[in-house]
Amino acid sequence: MPTTDKTKRIVIEPVTRVEGHGKVTILLDEKSKVKQARLHIVEFRGFERFIQGRPFWEIPVMVQRLCGICPVSHHLAAAKAMDRIVGGENLTPTAEKMRLLMHHGQFLQSHALHFFHLCSPDLLFGFDADVAIRNVIGVAAKYPELAVQGVMMRKYGQEVIKVTAGKKIHGTGAIPGGINKNLSIAERDELLRDIDQMIEWGKSAVKIAKDYTVENLEKLAPFGSFDSNHLSIIRSDGAYDIYDGGLRAIDFEGNKIFDHVDNQVYNDYIAEEVRPWSYMKFPFIKSIGPENGWYRVGPLARVNNADYFDSPLAEAERKEFMAVTNDKPNNITMAYHWARMIEMMHSIEKIKELLNDTDLQGTDLVVKGDRREETVGIIEAPRGTLFHHYKVDKNDQITMGNLIVSTTSNNEPMNRAVQKVAEDHLSGVEITEGLLNHVEVAIRAYDPCLSCATHAMGQMPLVVELFDCEGNLLDKKQK
Amino acid sequence: MGKPKVATTSLCGCFGCHMSLLDIDDRILKLIELVDFDKSPIDDIKEFSGRCAIGLVEGGCCNEENVKVLQSFRKNCDILILVGECAMTGGIPAMRNTIPLKECLEEAYINGPTVHNPSGKIPNDPEIPLLLNKVYPCQDVVKIDYYLPGCPPPADTIWQALVALLTDEPVELPYELIKYD
Ligand code: SF4
Repeated sequence: MPTTDKTKRIVIEPVTRVEGHGKVTILLDEKSKVKQARLHIVEFRGFERFIQGRPFWEIPVMVQRLCGICPVSHHLAAAKAMDRIVGGENLTPTAEKMRLLMHHGQFLQSHALHFFHLCSPDLLFGFDADVAIRNVIGVAAKYPELAVQGVMMRKYGQEVIKVTAGKKIHGTGAIPGGINKNLSIAERDELLRDIDQMIEWGKSAVKIAKDYTVENLEKLAPFGSFDSNHLSIIRSDGAYDIYDGGLRAIDFEGNKIFDHVDNQVYNDYIAEEVRPWSYMKFPFIKSIGPENGWYRVGPLARVNNADYFDSPLAEAERKEFMAVTNDKPNNITMAYHWARMIEMMHSIEKIKELLNDTDLQGTDLVVKGDRREETVGIIEAPRGTLFHHYKVDKNDQITMGNLIVSTTSNNEPMNRAVQKVAEDHLSGVEITEGLLNHVEVAIRAYDPCLSCATHAMGQMPLVVELFDCEGNLLDKKQK
Repeated sequence: MGKPKVATTSLCGCFGCHMSLLDIDDRILKLIELVDFDKSPIDDIKEFSGRCAIGLVEGGCCNEENVKVLQSFRKNCDILILVGECAMTGGIPAMRNTIPLKECLEEAYINGPTVHNPSGKIPNDPEIPLLLNKVYPCQDVVKIDYYLPGCPPPADTIWQALVALLTDEPVELPYELIKYD
């Protein structure tokens, strides 16, 4: 927004670790108090339109090119949708378990990357530590074991993806109605060799996140925080699930807004508001409306929503996590990190369980049934609930595609976090590099999509410009 | 003399090529012995801090901002390498080139089944950059020195190319490292 009368405008650009390219603008009134703070998403692709006319079986390999950081999520959401087009949604055990293994590999690599490569510098060195050390190279210098552990955990997750999808990035494993390969004994044994090391490292990662959160609770609890609704999929018995289940939404106190909603009717429950200042839409729960119906997704929402984890180590950690807020939903933005590490623990446990399952060596890979022409596939991506909705004509060509990607659902929450941090930390003070990083820290807690790769070597580059009432540049800080 | 510098950028890409760079795994520790990272989305440096030996570019050009960044890469880097299909051909995002941009925007912000847009406006705030009518390959905009194909190119491809260039060896990639998917 251009400056008007007596306002000052601060720009943070580019916020490179969000969905490709984003920027933050902050407007200050004449007393230097924050009037408005916004995160703008400045990228537009147009997938919804240009996939029209493509054959449906191309979609699972095509749409993952939306995001190279969690391509498996788009690959699987689209494949789940296309299963229904070919009437093959009741997968064979081999196909379903191969996909689950792929998905847990994805959670492991994505969460490890986010936590170790990007966020650990903030947690280890402090939000306003020296820029020179506040990055992963600084971590490698001071805590070499930890840095190597992060790299190796991500690598393990990528190896799991490679043997299930065929390639570490943009694989082809899932096809409509099933999967195109099983797991060979050699591949299995290779992965089993290091799994116990992963379990140990997983435990220590949860401990780092937990100790950090608990020790700093007083400072972290208000940081970029606010009450919100929470949304995720949930298994029919209420267990945490990232691959399949109905939709559950709760309010900030844990009251259910809806539960076990059939994926196919998601659009009776969710809509997306368009605002002129961002290419990213603003999803909300229809029954509550755009004003108050927005919600959070991702690790925090999923752990809040789950009745339990069906793996022992993660379940024990979940109990400790929920105890902090007396078993009510946790609404602390910075608690995302702890929740994310609990999820990573769960994925490592599930990988071990799956590797020991002989169904993965089965040879029955694909099923087909009665054809359909409209379909919805919903899964949990590392960053939150991911919706894929398609229509297909009699020639097998796509006629409609609608995607709500995870980060989109966190659009309003990230904007609230930016607003809150700006109000609490930037009002009426001189801008310092360390204060800028506070804005980054809040955005980073949500692990916005397309961003984790860019987190990998350290901090997001920011420029803040401070203009006076006439729009003249007063101050510029850059790092 | 200090270490040579490497800069990287993601234009209209999915970050998959940057992810593939990270798939060199622990060799990243060797890489930072060989080079310093300059302007890159993976560190703090927003403007070029000096002349760079190598610039790695992911993604084609879909908005004005992409063009400006690409030109600054040409200006500041001795060797410019395109990484991945998007940079070389526009890639998947260039599939919109056969469709009027207006239709793409309308589908996303007006027609979609979950869209709530009572005003019927498409995002147009001056804070968000202007889209180009088409997605352009990078070599249509500036001169390019090397191309690494693949979507994304395998980590070993990026690694071997970088090491060869940094150690003044010829870039001779074995057949299996040249991929086009
Ligand atoms: S070439 Fe492939 S991996 Fe690289 S940015 Fe484009 S879509 Fe992503």
